[in-house]
Amino acid sequence: MTATWSASELLAVMGARQLQDDTTCFVGVGVPLLAAALAQQRHAPRLTMVIEGGIIGPQIKPGRLPISTNEMRAAHRATALPGITDLFLLAQRGFLDYGFMGGAQVDQHGNVNTSVLGPDYWHPKVRLPGSGGANDIASLCREVIILTPHERRRFVPRVDFVTSPGWLEGDGSRERAGLRFGGVSRVVTTLGVFGFHPGSRRMQAEALHPGVSMDTVREHTGFEILEASRIEETQPPTSEELEILRAIDPDRRFLT
Amino acid sequence: VKDGDIVAAGGCLFTRTPLALVREILRQRRQGLTLVRNLMCYEGEWMMVAGAVERVITSWMSIGLPWGVSRILREHVEGGKVAFEEWSHLALGLRLRAAAMGVPFLPSLTMLGSDLARVEQLRTVQDPYTGQCLAAVPALCPDVALLHVHRADVFGNGQIDGYPHMDADMARAATTVIVTTEEIVLEEEIRRHPDRTVVPGVLVDAVVHVPFGSFPHECYGLYEADYDHFGQYTEGIVARGSASVAAYLDRHVYGPPTWTDYLDLFGGERLARQARLARELTG
Repeated sequence: MTATWSASELLAVMGARQLQDDTTCFVGVGVPLLAAALAQQRHAPRLTMVIEGGIIGPQIKPGRLPISTNEMRAAHRATALPGITDLFLLAQRGFLDYGFMGGAQVDQHGNVNTSVLGPDYWHPKVRLPGSGGANDIASLCREVIILTPHERRRFVPRVDFVTSPGWLEGDGSRERAGLRFGGVSRVVTTLGVFGFHPGSRRMQAEALHPGVSMDTVREHTGFEILEASRIEETQPPTSEELEILRAIDPDRRFLT
Repeated sequence: VKDGDIVAAGGCLFTRTPLALVREILRQRRQGLTLVRNLMCYEGEWMMVAGAVERVITSWMSIGLPWGVSRILREHVEGGKVAFEEWSHLALGLRLRAAAMGVPFLPSLTMLGSDLARVEQLRTVQDPYTGQCLAAVPALCPDVALLHVHRADVFGNGQIDGYPHMDADMARAATTVIVTTEEIVLEEEIRRHPDRTVVPGVLVDAVVHVPFGSFPHECYGLYEADYDHFGQYTEGIVARGSASVAAYLDRHVYGPPTWTDYLDLFGGERLARQARLARELTG
């Protein structure tokens, strides 16, 4: 019997698998939170979630998923509530292993835009909500993982605006800007898992989901995507993973 | 609050928003304000549609994921009616902290290399000891801070339950501090748990007793945010844009003479339901 899954279920499962036990992860609401909660319940019971509203170590109540990173649902059974500025300063100090984020646009160097669409910042075609903590997560976590649907309009050669720094122009520019550590390690999409070429820091395919070809990836990517020397095939979501996810979000608020 | 003031609002997004104070500012028809809030929710939309703000300083504005990008934000900022200063969440927190500390800037590793740093003209500074390059995040001193707390005494000693957000820094950074509180308690009660005082009374200029003073936004442990109301509010905007917010302001802000009259629009059953939902999460 073949299990079926939605795009956000696939993203949450593939995202969860990136997280190791006994680590700390900065998560936003929506699919990143589902991914972290799934990891916590499956293979990473000692994963500490950190949420932007100044929240450390929450255990999300199934069916009561937070809509914002600043509300009681996000703080359920938390171990500490240090305040927003102090929470981000923990990341600046180097205590955050992972940062999980999405974005309206992602480019070949893993830079993310959540601010404006269009070439002129001062007269934008679309004013988006803005950085929130995304810039801080991208600047200050030891490893950033981007979770996003794989669409050509999102995967652009160069983002219209660098809200959150990935590798900036490529190897070395992140360090030159003064960012002492971190960077985007992986981009997990609905088509596969992507990394960055260690020299050029350009995005490269490392694993594709079952049934996905490089042709499909190219068709949905607005820039030339590199290929790792060996491209793996990811294991499809298991029924166990899907069951856990669906129990966390029974109303399918975010499992669209 | 005077026309042209820089006004900082405490809480974050739809948590502990000082809505009773925001409502009063709008009723007084203030203009030319700059609104400072780390994550801005629909109080920002109210102020834009009412013509009260000419500039916002924030890191993010909308209501929440399910309700999409704020159309009011788009209309006012894309059209150039309101200036939008965007800082990262930490950078805005550090701007207030620098002001709270009485120093002109704080060094940080955030925002470096991004276009945010470019458009906000963030300067860098070299560490005189190691030569390291750091962001020099400039202090931000609001004229007035508006805060909503769980309990305070008549001297303004304010205590907050749950996440403290940036209220403590805001109170120290601002010239004038106005506090609304769910409950006025005896000074003796504050003295029994002084460790819980987030806003010392010496910083506070006025304290006002306003139960449900953030509603329909949440107040930790006391009432959960009313998502249904947010849904109805945004449905109106999807259908009629700014006109819907203007009508909402007539009904919720300019119409009801007191905060109690405003709460009556929601009804006691709604308030009791949201209070029960909060207890389920924090009890």
